[in-house]
Amino acid sequence: MATLNTLVAVCLVYVTFLFAIAFAAERAAKQGHGGWLRSPLVYTLSLSIYCTAWTFYGAVGYAARSGLEYLTIYIGPSLVMVGWWWVLRKLVRIGRSQRVTSIADLISSRYGKSNLLAVGVTILAVIGTTPYIALQLQSVTLSFDVFSGTNEVAGSIVDKDSTALWVAMGLTLFTIVFGTRNLDVNERHHGVVIAIAVEAIVKLFALLAVGAFVVWGLGGGVSETLQRIDASEIGMWEMRGDRWAALIFLSAAAFLCLPRMFQVMVVENDHENYLRTASWAFPAYLMVMSLFVVPIAVVGLDILPEGSNPDLFVLTLPLATGRDGLAMLSFLGGFSSATSMVIVASLALSTMVSNHIVMPIWLSVTGGGAKISGDVRNVVILSRRLSIAGVVALGYLYFRLSGGGTALASIGLVSFAGVAQFLPVLLGGIFWRGATRIGAFAGLSVGFMVWAYALLLPSFGSGVLIPQHVMENGPFGMGWMRPQAFFGIEGMDPLVHAVLWSISLNSLFFFVASLIGFPSPLERLQGAQFVNVFEHSRRPQGWSGSAAQSEDLMIMAQRILGAREAQNLFEREAQKQGVSGYLPDPSPDFLQKLERELSGSVGAATAHAMIGQIVGGASVSVRDLMAVADETAQMMEYSSKLETKSEEQARTARQLRQANEKLTQLSVQKDAFLSQVSHELRTPMTSIRAFSEILRDSEKLSGQEKVKYSSIIHDEAIRLTRLLDDLLDLSVLESGQVNLNTQSGVLVEVLDHAISSALTGSGEDRLIVRRRKSHEVVHMTTDLDRLGQVFINLIGNAQKYCEATPAELTINVSLNEGNVLVDFIDNGSGISKEDQAVIFEKFARVGEMKAGGAGLGLAICREIMARLGGSVSYLPGQGGAAFRVILPMVQNKVVH
Amino acid sequence: MNEPNTPVFLERQSYRRRRLIDLIRMLPLMGALLWAVPLLWPSGADSTMATSKAIIYLFAVWLGMVLLGAILARLLQKAEDQDPDRGN
Repeated sequence: MATLNTLVAVCLVYVTFLFAIAFAAERAAKQGHGGWLRSPLVYTLSLSIYCTAWTFYGAVGYAARSGLEYLTIYIGPSLVMVGWWWVLRKLVRIGRSQRVTSIADLISSRYGKSNLLAVGVTILAVIGTTPYIALQLQSVTLSFDVFSGTNEVAGSIVDKDSTALWVAMGLTLFTIVFGTRNLDVNERHHGVVIAIAVEAIVKLFALLAVGAFVVWGLGGGVSETLQRIDASEIGMWEMRGDRWAALIFLSAAAFLCLPRMFQVMVVENDHENYLRTASWAFPAYLMVMSLFVVPIAVVGLDILPEGSNPDLFVLTLPLATGRDGLAMLSFLGGFSSATSMVIVASLALSTMVSNHIVMPIWLSVTGGGAKISGDVRNVVILSRRLSIAGVVALGYLYFRLSGGGTALASIGLVSFAGVAQFLPVLLGGIFWRGATRIGAFAGLSVGFMVWAYALLLPSFGSGVLIPQHVMENGPFGMGWMRPQAFFGIEGMDPLVHAVLWSISLNSLFFFVASLIGFPSPLERLQGAQFVNVFEHSRRPQGWSGSAAQSEDLMIMAQRILGAREAQNLFEREAQKQGVSGYLPDPSPDFLQKLERELSGSVGAATAHAMIGQIVGGASVSVRDLMAVADETAQMMEYSSKLETKSEEQARTARQLRQANEKLTQLSVQKDAFLSQVSHELRTPMTSIRAFSEILRDSEKLSGQEKVKYSSIIHDEAIRLTRLLDDLLDLSVLESGQVNLNTQSGVLVEVLDHAISSALTGSGEDRLIVRRRKSHEVVHMTTDLDRLGQVFINLIGNAQKYCEATPAELTINVSLNEGNVLVDFIDNGSGISKEDQAVIFEKFARVGEMKAGGAGLGLAICREIMARLGGSVSYLPGQGGAAFRVILPMVQNKVVH
Repeated sequence: MNEPNTPVFLERQSYRRRRLIDLIRMLPLMGALLWAVPLLWPSGADSTMATSKAIIYLFAVWLGMVLLGAILARLLQKAEDQDPDRGN
C-alpha cells in the first residue's frame, strides 16, 4: 500500500502540473495565440465542475443506498443542456451583451441595477455554497485517510484537520494566482478554465478506468455484471416517484443557479456557438460519468466487508484488490473533482462578494469614484483575493465545526435546494417584462425563509437547531407550521416537501408582488433589454452627460481597467467618432459602452454609480422610453434613422473642422518656418561671411586670432550642415526611399545607449530616468539605429522641455498583442491640447523656441516609426508630457 | 438582402430552419417525458422491473438524446451557414 509520503508527492506533482498548464495557457493567451484555449471542447469540459467530489465518490454511495435515484442528479442538467434553445441561449446572450460578472450581477442588473438585491443574492449564495465547499474538503480528507492506512474510523482528528487545512490553503493559492491575475474586462480566466478542463479529463478517465476494471476485471463481463446487479440488494426497481420528479427538477434548477455553474456557463463563455456543441457533448459526458456507478456499487457491496463506507468504494475497491496504481488514479480523479469545484466556486463567490459588498462599501467610505487618489484596480484585486481566502476559510470552518462527520453527506441536496431559490427570479427576469424588484425581493426572501425553516435547520438533526416540540407541533403550537408538514399535509418526503413549498411560495410571492408594484423606469428599461435581448441588444439607458470631461473619465477608467486597456478603449472610440488622439467626445453611446466595460470589472451597480458621479446623473431619454413601448417601433426607427444621419453629419463636420484647423495651423507654421529657416540660415551665413572677410582682408592677425576666427566659421558651417542634414533626412524619410538596416537586438540595450547619448553633456540639472529593466528585455528585429534615434530625441525633449525640479522621466515598456509599447512620461506640465495637434508637424515648436532646434525632431521620429511599421503618439492624461512608441515585435515589410 | 428576386429560396430555407429549431425546442420535453416513464412502473414490494432493465432503458434514452442533439446541432449550423437571413 502506498505510503502517505508517496501520496503527498503524487498530489504535489499533479498540482505542479496544473500550475504549469494554467501558466502556459495564460501566457499563450497573453501573446495572442491562445485560440486553441477556447474551443467548444474546452467549454464543455469546463462545465464538468458540476461533477464534484460529491458525485465522484458520493454517487456510488448514493446508488448503494437508494438504487437508481442517483441518476436524477445527472438527468436534470442533461435536460437543461439539451433544452439550450429555451434558457441557456438567452442567458448567454444576455451575459455577453450586458457584461454580466456573476449571477448576483445578472439579477441586480435586471432589476434596475439594484445593489441591495445583489447583496442579498450574494449572501444567500455564500450560505448555500459554504457547506458544499466543506463537503469537498471532507472528501479529499477521507480519501487521504483511506489511502494512508489510517482508517477513517480510527483516524485521528488532528491529522484530518491538518490535511483539510493544507488542501484549503493550496486551493486558495491557486485560485488567487490564476483567478485574480488580471482584472479581465469580461472576467475570463484562461488559466483556470484550462486547468479545470484538464481536471475534467482526469476525473472522467479515472472513473472509467475503475468502472472498466470492476466490470471486466472483477464482474466478469457486461452480462455477468448485469446479473450481479439484479441479484443484489438494489436489484429491483424501487423508486419514490415524488423524489424522482422533484430531484430531476431540483438538479436542473441548481444547474442553472449555482454560482460556479453560472461562472463557467455564462461568464466564461467565449462564443455562443460553443453552447451548440456543449448541448449534446455535456449530456454525453454526464452519461459516461454515471455509466459505471451501479456496477461499482454492486461489486463493492459484494466484495468488500460488511460496513465499509460505500461513499469510498471507488477508492477501496481497487485498494482491496491490490491495484495500487488504479487506486492512485482514482484518488487523483476525486482530488480533481474536489479541487476544480472549490476553485471555481470560490472564484465566482469572490467576484460577487467583492463587486457587490466590498466595493460599494469602499466607494462610499472613500467618498467617490473619480476623485479619490490611488489605484482602484489594486483595491478590487485585493478585495477579490481576500474574498477568495474568506470563502475557502468559511468552508474550512464549516468542515471543522461540523466535525467532518456523515452529517455532511446529505448537505449536497440541501445546498441545491438553497440555490434553486434563484430560479423563479432568474427565469422571471429573462422571460417576463412585468417582473419587478419588489417582486424579486419578496420571492427570494420567502423562498429562502421556507428553505431554511423546512430544510436547512432540520438537516442538522431534530432537536439541534429546531426544538423537538416545534418539529412535532409547530411553533407556538401552530400545527400548520410544522417544518416538515406545512398546512397539515403529512407523510411527504422532507426534501420534496421543502422544495415544493419553497419554490411554489417563492414563485407566488414573486409573481403577486410584481403584479402589485410599479417598476422604476430603469427597471422597465432593463426588463425590456433582457426579455427582448434578441431583438435589440443595445443601450439599456442613456447618459445625458455631455458635461462630462473625457479626461476625468479616462483617469477613472485607467484606475479600474488598467492603463493599457483604458487607452485602447478610448482610442478605439475616438477613432469611431472620427476624432484623432485618445480623447473621444463623451457622447451617450460612448458613456454607455464605458459603463459596460467598467461593469465587467466592478459589477453593473458600481459601474453605474461611478459614471454617475462624473457625469452627474443618468437620465432615461425619450428614445429609450420609446424602446419600452414597442408600439412606437416605427416612429423609433424613423427617428433613429434621422439621428444616425445627423450623427454622421456631425462626425463629418467634426472631421472637416479638425482638418481645417490643422491646415490653418500648418500654413501659419509654414510661414513661420520660412522666416525661421531664413533666419537660421542667415545667422550662420552672416558670421561666416563676416569672419571670412576679416581673414581675407586683415593682414595683421595673430596666429591665435586666425585659429579663433576660422573655428567660428567651422562651427557655424557645422550648424548649417546639421540643419540641412535634418531637412534632408526628413525628406528622404517622407519620400520613402530610405534603406533600413535591420538587425536583431534587445530593447534594453537600445534604451541604455539612447539614454547615455541623449544625456551626455548635461550638467547638474540632469534628468532622472526611472526604468524597470526587467520589463525591457524584449528581443526585436528592426532598424535599431533608427529606433535609437527616436528614443534619443524623446529623451532629449524631456531633458530640454521638462521644467519640473527635479525633472524625472519614467520609461514604461509593455507588450500588447505582438506590439512593444514604450512610454516616455515626464513630470512636467505636459502639452496643451492645442499644441498636441501640431507637435508632430514639421517645424513645430512648443512654447516659442525656448530651446534651440529647428522643430524637426518629432517629425523625423514620426516618419521613422512609420517606416519601422510602428507609430509614435502623444498620450494624454498621464500627469506630464507623455509619448508612446509602438513597435511591432516582428517587423512586417512596409510597402513603400 | 433587400433584393426582391431571391426570397423564394430564402424563405424555404428559413422555413426549414425554423422547423428545425422547433424540433430542438421539443427535444427536452421529449426527454422529460421519456424519463418520467419510470414513474409508471410498479415500485416497492410489488416491483417487477429488474434494475438492469431500468438501467438499459434510462441510458438508452440518454444516448438517444445525445445523438439526436448532436445531429440537430450540426444541421442547424449548416442551415445557418446557408441562410443569410439569420434572425432569431
